Amino acid sequence: MDIIEKANEEAIRRMLGAEPVLIEVVPAGDIVPNLRDKMILHAGPPIAWDRMCGPMQGAIAGITVFEGWASDLEQAVIMAASGDITFDANHHHDAVGPMTGMTTVSQPMLVVENKTTGNKSYCAINEGLGKVMRFGGNDAEVLNRLSWIRDVLGPAMGKALRDMGGIELKPLIARGLSMGDEMHQRNVACSGLVLRALAAAMAKTSDDATALSEALAFISANDQFHLNIAMAMGKAIMDPVRNIEGSSIVTAMSRNGTDFGIRVSGTGDEWFTAPVEMPEGLYFAGYTEADANPDMGDSTIVETIGLGGFAMGAAPAVAGFVGAGAASEAANYTHRMSEICAAENPEWTIPSMDYLGVPTGIDVRLVVDSGIAPTINTGIAHREPGIGQVGAGVVRAPMACFEQAVRRLAEKLGIS
Amino acid sequence: MATDQDNLPFLGGKLSVINVGLDKFATELADHDVPVVHLDWKPPAGGDPELAALLSKMGT
Repeated sequence: MDIIEKANEEAIRRMLGAEPVLIEVVPAGDIVPNLRDKMILHAGPPIAWDRMCGPMQGAIAGITVFEGWASDLEQAVIMAASGDITFDANHHHDAVGPMTGMTTVSQPMLVVENKTTGNKSYCAINEGLGKVMRFGGNDAEVLNRLSWIRDVLGPAMGKALRDMGGIELKPLIARGLSMGDEMHQRNVACSGLVLRALAAAMAKTSDDATALSEALAFISANDQFHLNIAMAMGKAIMDPVRNIEGSSIVTAMSRNGTDFGIRVSGTGDEWFTAPVEMPEGLYFAGYTEADANPDMGDSTIVETIGLGGFAMGAAPAVAGFVGAGAASEAANYTHRMSEICAAENPEWTIPSMDYLGVPTGIDVRLVVDSGIAPTINTGIAHREPGIGQVGAGVVRAPMACFEQAVRRLAEKLGIS
Repeated sequence: MATDQDNLPFLGGKLSVINVGLDKFATELADHDVPVVHLDWKPPAGGDPELAALLSKMGT
C-alpha cells in the first residue's frame, strides 16, 4: 500500500538521519518531564503493583528506601501496595531503564540528545553486574552503590561531558560493531571506547584524585557500562519516529516482567501487549531455569534500532554467552532479522558479514506475515526479589503484540 | 557401503529433496544420507486467513 510504503520511508529516513550525542548527566528530578517526588518510573508498559513480578517489586522497595520515602523495605512495600507511590512507564517520560528500570528524582541520568531533531532521552547509569537494583537487588550493598553513583560518579561524568562537548554516539557504535559488540549483552568494546573518550575530561574537571580514581576504576570494571548509554541513544533515535500516519514501523519494544509491549509509529503511543516469554539461556553457577524471572526491561530499545539480537552477527562471542548456539551461527540471527526489517543501516555495518548494515526498522507487517518474531539478547533476573542476575539468554517477542498492531493499523487506515 | 537410497528402487533412482515447512522431515532424510535442502517456510500470518487477507491489502 502506497501510504504505508511512503510512511515507512519517512520513518527510516528519520532513524538513519538521527545524530545522537551523549551530552551530560543530570539528576532525574531536574530533567525528566513530569517526574515528581514519590513517583517511580519502571521498565515496560504500565503495570499496577499487584501484577508486578518479584524482582520489580523488590527494586521498587529498594528505590523507595534509597529515596528516603521509607525507613526500611517492609515499610516501602506497605507504601507501594497502599497507593502512596505513583508508578508510570519510563517510556511515558522520554526515559528508558534496563531490567526493572527504576527511575526516581535523585538518580543521575545519562542525557542523549538527537541533534537532528533536538529531542532528549534519559537513562540511569549502569550499576555493574550481579546483585544490582535493575535485577531486583535491594540490600545495603546495592543502595550504597547507588548513593555513590548519585554523589560521585554521576556529577563527575556530568562535568566531564559538559567540558568536552559530549560524545558522538553514531561513530562510536560503528566502531563497536567492528570490535565485536552487539550493544545489548556485549558492550565490552563500547564501554572501553566510552572510558577512553571520558577519561581525560574527567581528570581535567576533577579536584579529588581519590574520587576520580574510584570513578575510572568503576567504569573500567563494568563490561556493560555502555548498555545504558545505548538505551538512551535508542530512545532518542526512535521518539521522533512516533506518530507517522500509516507507518508500520515499531518505535518501541519493552517488557515489565509480566507484559511485553510494543508501540508502532502509525498507531501513536498505544501499547500492544501480551504475556512476556521466558528467555532460553545459560545460568550462572548454582542457578537454573527454575530460578528465572520472565523477560524484563526497556533494553529492547536497542533491538528496535537494529542492535542487540539483530546485530548478533557482529558479536559471535556473545552467541555462546547467551546460549544461542555456536559462534558460526551468529550471522544467521542477523540474516533472519533482516527479513522483518524495512532497511539496513549503511553506517552501522558488520565487517565479518561483508559489511552488511544492521537490520533497521521492524515492520509489523513483515513480522506477522513471516511468523519471525524479533530476537532479543537479554540478562535473566532471579524471580525472587533481592537476589539479582542469574544468567543471560535469548528470548522472542510475543507474536500476539504484532498481530494486534497490524489489526489496529488496518483499522486506522480503513482496511477491513 | 549401501545407503538407504539403495532401498528405494520404486522411486526410479536416487532422490534429491527440497523440503518445505517442518524441518523434521529434512532432518530425517539427512540422517539417511539423502541429499536434502530445507526451505524454512510457514503459512502467511501463521495460517490465520483474516490476518493474511489484511496483510495482503496492506502490501505484504
